[in-house]
Amino acid sequence: MFMVLESVRSAFSAIRANKLRSVLTSLGIIIGVMSTIAVISLIQGLRASVLSEFEGFGANQVVVFPSPSDAAASYGLPQNITVDDYEAVLDAIDGFAEATAQVSVWGDRIRFGEESSGASVTGVYPEQYIINDLSIAYGRPTVAGDGTARNPVMVVGQSLLEDLEIAPDEAVGKYVEFNGDWYLIVGVLEKIGAVFGQDQDNVAYVPFEVAAQQSAVEPSVVIFVNVFETDNVPFVLSRIKQALRLQHGISGDMPDDFQTFTGDQAIAQIDTITGVLTAVFGGVVAISLLVGGIGIMNIMLVSVTERTREIGICKALGATRAQILLQFLIEAVVLCLVGGVIGILLGSAIGLGIAPLIPGFEAQAVIPLWAIALALGFSTGVGVIFGILPAAKAASLDPIDALRYE
Amino acid sequence: MPVSNVIELRGIGKDYAMGGEVFSALKSIDLDIGQNEFVAIIGSSGSGKSTLMNIIGCLDRPTRGDYTLAGDDVAKLSANQQAGIRNRQIGFIFQSFNLLPRISALHNVMQPLIYQKVGLSKRKKMAKEMLEKVGLGDKLGNQPNAMSGGQRQRVAVARALVTQPSLLLADEPTGNLDSKTTEEIMQLFEQLHASGQTIVIVTHEPDIAARCQRQITLKDGAVVSDSKYGGAI
Ligand SMILES: Nc1ncnc2c1ncn2[C@@H]1O[C@H](COP(=O)(O)OP(=O)(O)OP(=O)(O)O)[C@@H](O)[C@H]1O
Ligand SMILES: [Mg+2]
Repeated sequence: MFMVLESVRSAFSAIRANKLRSVLTSLGIIIGVMSTIAVISLIQGLRASVLSEFEGFGANQVVVFPSPSDAAASYGLPQNITVDDYEAVLDAIDGFAEATAQVSVWGDRIRFGEESSGASVTGVYPEQYIINDLSIAYGRPTVAGDGTARNPVMVVGQSLLEDLEIAPDEAVGKYVEFNGDWYLIVGVLEKIGAVFGQDQDNVAYVPFEVAAQQSAVEPSVVIFVNVFETDNVPFVLSRIKQALRLQHGISGDMPDDFQTFTGDQAIAQIDTITGVLTAVFGGVVAISLLVGGIGIMNIMLVSVTERTREIGICKALGATRAQILLQFLIEAVVLCLVGGVIGILLGSAIGLGIAPLIPGFEAQAVIPLWAIALALGFSTGVGVIFGILPAAKAASLDPIDALRYE
Repeated sequence: MPVSNVIELRGIGKDYAMGGEVFSALKSIDLDIGQNEFVAIIGSSGSGKSTLMNIIGCLDRPTRGDYTLAGDDVAKLSANQQAGIRNRQIGFIFQSFNLLPRISALHNVMQPLIYQKVGLSKRKKMAKEMLEKVGLGDKLGNQPNAMSGGQRQRVAVARALVTQPSLLLADEPTGNLDSKTTEEIMQLFEQLHASGQTIVIVTHEPDIAARCQRQITLKDGAVVSDSKYGGAI
C-alpha cells in the first residue's frame, strides 16, 4: 500500500513534468471515453424521454388486438376480435380489471367548409376516457346515451381542429362531414402532444355503436384493460387469453390468433432497443480504447527507454524490481485514468450540448453513473493491460546497464 | 586485535565478452577493508577501478570469486536482497552525480527513504537535516539543473548518507569539480571518517589519494600496491 501511494505520487509528478506529452499520450483514451459518454448520454436521454411518455401507459395496462398477417396465415382468415369476444373478456376479468373496446373507422377525410383533415376516427365507449385518462377541454365526452340513440356526435383533438381552422373554444356546436354523414362536435380533448413522433391530438372519437354501424361486416375491436392490482397483470392476462381462445375455438397446441401487449412489455422493448444500441457503441468504443491503449503502451515504452538512466539510479538507491514495476504500471494507469476523467468531462459536455441541436431530438442527455464507472473501469483496465509490458521492461533492467545507458 | 572486515574480496574477477574474445577487466582481486577505514583506489584509466567499485556496491556481479559484505555472501543473495543492501548498507556517490533530473534536491535526498518505506513527513525531516549538514539548507527546492556541480555533488553525498549506510563508496566524486569544491567535498569526507564512517573512494588525483588513510593501486585489473602492506605487492 505504501508503495502504491508513493507510485501514485511519483506518477502525478511525472505527468505534471510532461503535461503536453501526457495529454497526447492519453489522447486515444480521451477520445474513446469522450465519444462513449456522449453517445451513451444521448441514448439514455432518449430512453428516459420515451419511458416518461409511457408513464400514461402504466404497468397495469394490457391491450388486446387482432393478430397481424403471419398468425392469420396459419388460420386462413384474419381473425377479428368481436364485440362478443370483448364481452367474454369482460366476464373473464370481472373483479380484477376494467376494460373498454374501441373500433377504428375507415373512410374519407373529415371536412369543414373548404378545409379537411386526415385524422383517425375511432368508435369508443364512455369508459375509454377513464381508462386512457383523457380529459375534456371544452364541452363533454360522448356518453352511453349517444350510443344507444346512435347520435352522430364527435369529440375531437386539437390538431384536427387546427387543420379545419376551427378555434378550440368555438368548436362545440359545429357540424363536420365524415363519410357522407354530418357529425356534431360535442367536446374538445385536452392537448396531449406527440408520442413516438405520432401526433396524439389528430384524433376524433365517436360513440362505439355509431362507428360499428359504419361497416357492413362485424367490426374488429381493440380491447384496453386496466388491471386494478399491478401484481395481477399476469393472472388477468391468462384469463383474457383463455377466454379468447375459447371464443375462437383454438385447441391446445395451436397459437393465439390475437396479440396482447402490456406496459411491462413496452418498457422491456425500449430497454432491448437501447440495450442493443449501447452494446453496439460499446463495441466501437472497446476498439477505440484498444487503439488508445496501444498508443499508451508505445509512449510508455519510449519513456522507459528515455528514463533508463533514472531507472538505474533508482535501482542503485535500492529500488526492487517490484517497486519499479509498480511505479511504471501505476504511471500508465494514472495516465489512462486522467484521460478517462478528461474524456468523461468532455463527453458529458458534448452530450448535454449537442442534444438540443439535434432536430427532432426532444430528450435531454442523461449521463448514468454506471457509464462513468464503466469508463473509469475500462481506462484502468487499459492502463494495466498496456502498462504491464513497459513496466516489466523497466523492472528487468540491470542496475549497472541502466546506469551506463547514454 | 581482531578488526571486523566490512568488505572481503577473494579472487574476484570480471570478464567482458568482446566480439568473441574474453577481456578480463578484473583478474583476481583479494582485498579486505575494515570498519572506519578511509581507502583510496587509484590507478590509470581503464585499470578496472570503476568495475571494482560497482561490484563492491552490489551494482554489478563478479564473474568469479567470493564477496562477503558485512558477513553476508553477496553471491547467495537474491536480487531483492541485493537491492536491500544497496538501499540500507551502501551509499554510492558517482562522478556524474546521477541525481534524478525532474525533482528537487530535497526529493532527491528523500528518494532512497521511499524504498525503506519511511513516511512522508519523517522522510522530509531526515532529508532536510542531511542537506543542512552538507551546507545546502537554502537549496532544498532547487532542481539539479539549477545548481552548480559542487552543490549537485553535495546533494548526492546527502542522498548517500541519509540512509546511514555502513559503507560509503565514491567513484571519482571530485572528478567533475574545481579545486575549491573538491576541497569542500574532501573536508566533508574527512569529517565523516572522523565520526566513524567507512569510506572507499576512487580517484586519479594524487593529492586526494594522499589525504586518505590507505591507498590501493590497480593496474590492468590487478592490485599492484597497497599502502597497508607497505607498498608494492
Ligand atoms: N560493459 C563493458 N563491456 C566491455 N568492457 C568494459 C565494460 N565496462 C568496462 N569495460 C572495460 O573494462 C576496463 C576497466 O574499466 P573501468 O571502467 O573499470 O576502468 P576505470 O579504472 O574506472 O577507468 P577510468 O579511470 O577511466 O574511469 C576497461 O578497459 C573497459 O574498457
Ligand atoms: Mg572509472
